[in-house]
Amino acid sequence: MRHYFGRKLLVYALTFVVAVTVNWMIPRFMPGDPVAGMLARTGVSQPAAVEAMRVYYTDLFGFDRPLWEQYAGFWATLLRGDFGISIWLFPTPVSTVILRAVPYTLALMIPAVLLSWWAGNRLGAYAARRRLLDNTVLPVGYVLTAMPYMWLAVLLAWGLGVVAGWFPVAGGYAFSLQPALTGEFLLSLLHHWVLPFLSLFLVALGGWAIGMRNMIIYELESDYATYLAALGAPSRLIRRYAFRNAVLPQITGLALQLGVLVAGALVTEIVFSYPGLGSLILKAIQNQDFFLLQGTFMFIVVGVLVANFVIDLVYVVVDPRTRAGMAGAQA
Amino acid sequence: MTLTVTDLRVSYRTLGGEVKALDGVSFGVRDGEILGLAGESGCGKTTLGKSLIRLDGRMRHVGGTVELDGRELPIADDRRMNAFRFHEVSLVPQYAMSALNPTRRIGRMVAELLKSRGVRLDRDKLERRLDLVGLPREVLDRYPLELSGGMKQRMVMVVSTLLDPSLLVADEITSALDVSTQKAVARALLGFRDSGFVKSMLFITHDLALTSHIADTIMVMYAGRLTEKAPADVMVKAPRHPYTRMLINSLPEVGVRHAERPLSGIAGSPPSLLDPPPGCRFRDRCPLADEGCAEDPPVTETEPDHFVACWKA
Amino acid sequence: MTTTPLTEGRAGTRVVRREALHFAVRNGKLVTGLGLVLVLLLTGLLGPLVLGVAAPNEYVAAPMLPPSAEHWFGTTTFGQDVFTQFVYGLRTTFAAGALGGGIAAVIAMVVGFTAGYRGGLVDEALNMLTNVVLVIPTLAVLLIINAYLGIRSVAVQALFIGLTSWPWAARAIRAQTFSLRGRDFVDLARLSGLSTPRIIAREIAPNMSSYLFMTFILLFGGSVLIASSLDFIGLGPTEGVSLGLMLQNATQWSALQLGLWWWFVPPGLAITAIVGALYVANVGLDEVFNPKLRIT
Repeated sequence: MRHYFGRKLLVYALTFVVAVTVNWMIPRFMPGDPVAGMLARTGVSQPAAVEAMRVYYTDLFGFDRPLWEQYAGFWATLLRGDFGISIWLFPTPVSTVILRAVPYTLALMIPAVLLSWWAGNRLGAYAARRRLLDNTVLPVGYVLTAMPYMWLAVLLAWGLGVVAGWFPVAGGYAFSLQPALTGEFLLSLLHHWVLPFLSLFLVALGGWAIGMRNMIIYELESDYATYLAALGAPSRLIRRYAFRNAVLPQITGLALQLGVLVAGALVTEIVFSYPGLGSLILKAIQNQDFFLLQGTFMFIVVGVLVANFVIDLVYVVVDPRTRAGMAGAQA
Repeated sequence: MTLTVTDLRVSYRTLGGEVKALDGVSFGVRDGEILGLAGESGCGKTTLGKSLIRLDGRMRHVGGTVELDGRELPIADDRRMNAFRFHEVSLVPQYAMSALNPTRRIGRMVAELLKSRGVRLDRDKLERRLDLVGLPREVLDRYPLELSGGMKQRMVMVVSTLLDPSLLVADEITSALDVSTQKAVARALLGFRDSGFVKSMLFITHDLALTSHIADTIMVMYAGRLTEKAPADVMVKAPRHPYTRMLINSLPEVGVRHAERPLSGIAGSPPSLLDPPPGCRFRDRCPLADEGCAEDPPVTETEPDHFVACWKA
Repeated sequence: MTTTPLTEGRAGTRVVRREALHFAVRNGKLVTGLGLVLVLLLTGLLGPLVLGVAAPNEYVAAPMLPPSAEHWFGTTTFGQDVFTQFVYGLRTTFAAGALGGGIAAVIAMVVGFTAGYRGGLVDEALNMLTNVVLVIPTLAVLLIINAYLGIRSVAVQALFIGLTSWPWAARAIRAQTFSLRGRDFVDLARLSGLSTPRIIAREIAPNMSSYLFMTFILLFGGSVLIASSLDFIGLGPTEGVSLGLMLQNATQWSALQLGLWWWFVPPGLAITAIVGALYVANVGLDEVFNPKLRIT
């Protein structure tokens, strides 16, 4: 078990280093002068402001220093939690801008991911059991999982939002309201949350259901299931074992899908102008705010790493083989 | 008679049609008898073993009956058959290495299995049986992954016989083991019979040499039919069917393991069971065959307990 | 009893291929899936030739026209013909998928074969690399890279998609190679003095060709989805049109609020159809190549 976690943590540490290095490298090795390009495209008109920004950013990039010093400096500022200052919302620090958006993304993603995983597993297990259900779950599952996240979001926004008028299609809460702990605000928050949640949930659901169905069928054909059936064990027991064993690869699958799920959440937010990291990224790109973009990137990487680690912990609790000191899961 | 099989016919559904894997097989197994069932792969021996306990999804019961202790086994009715499984008929499968749920401690799995069959786990009995096959009691707190192949094999044998079934089907249980482990497993099976844990046994193998050590009676099958059935020593010393004789002669030496492949000593291969030709099925490969063999040879008892299906025997 | 074909050696492979073809043309999922992909591909390839329109982004008619005989998929808020854009967009999307999936497949094979065949320290190192790229959120990396690229082409987009989406495939190929490595015919090839790349190319790869093809199909589908997400965020190719860009334009210019469903339904439907058809074809292929799944 020590070995298991040791390996995992090494991978995560390496990933973090790679991500930081990529983050540092790209502006420096892409063609063109990043500072000049940035300032030219920001559209700030007062010369004094532009000059202040130029001084600030040139110093930040530290182009006059040797590369290794720039690299070390980059790490130092990063570890201080300093992601620079946003151009779009100058002079708000990037970390502040991001921290304002993170709760929205988490509130969208965590329920959507966990619920779709849970419901998808249930649905897949039922589908593996009944032919009729299988014949509907499977095609619907394939369609859902093949859908681009933003397209389902657009369809839902159009159908349930614009045409039916049941849900608002833009923003995190009504424009007329100010964030406050009032019932009215919370209700508005919830109302705006439903559609983005639903579209994330549905696309992810299809993939989980198909995965679980296939895993269960595989497990039901495995030797231990055949043996139990030969000894007359009721199918209830066999299915319980099969479900339990099929859940393990689904947990690993959850870790593997994190990147895709994050991507899905980002584009879904963009469709609904939901004030999370996705909309932030869009604004950053539209305003050429590279500091904001890179800061968001670091946040996402760290978030994914933490989520991976949590999944590892859960896996150890669920799969006895990792606890028994054997290599039950791939490192 | 513990087991009486009469004119059993079982076929497999395939894209090409119905493969008649068992085509009218009749035999009996007495109380306390170990019947060794041998033949080339594809002769129907595994199908016969499965038919007695659980038909898999592609198998179909075409005709014939199976009686165990005077009661007919509803082999075509999966649900009704459940009452007999484990209690009356049990199985030590070919795949004993992977027969235990990998994510359950073995003891817990056994308890859950018994509970699901409405039986309370008798811990003492279980531990005595473990002692008997030389497994430490701690294995019950282990996951299958932590056991060696031989240990898993013995564990499965203990589980399968825990309810003292009338008939135990042991299907190719030694093919995955090395020679010394094979002997230990065979000894354990004999011990189970002698202690009365199982009344009688069907020992399926392609290894005639090993069969002759453990079985009281040997039955040889060919292309879905019974070829010859005789007491083990008679079968080894004085086989009557040309096929059996060639099988026995092709054995390098009793006790040496024989790999599963078409017998090099006998040219040709068994006929397709999709649409088998009339007459003796060994005809095409038989050195003694003549026009008379175009008619089906009946199974006849040439001496007491010695059955042969051949015009020439 | 059914005969399980042994995929050993080249003669065996040929038998399997012939048998596979037999089952392939009779497999509904495979035929439907590949058929749908083919229809869309041909639409993308031949459509522009038939239409004879030079630029898909040109303003050709009154804005916001619903579908009609003249404009099959209607027009945009600017009066661009949606069907023309759709046809050109299919081309771009297929190109991004094939190129991205192809590059990813090549990397996955190089890494997977090497790691699985060599084992030891090489395997350890490649495994570590695979895991790192696997954990990193792909789209986030692509965002950064594409954002700094001033001018973006489909080729460059596909290149970076390929560079980031290979890990799961490499892992799967490694596992397959690992199990093939110990087989008799590979031992034989090694004893006869063949070099490692030759053994991989001649003995190992052909024996898992069906598997490799299926991996490519999934990578293709994945690339299409990633490319369309990038396009949608505004990091698509700076020139031309793609299905993802159409979706971006539609949402950006209020097609939703204006009810111009003909603008955003076709591109999304086409992406879903391409990816879904690939998945279904993949299931069909699995049934064709895996005898265990055939008889149900």
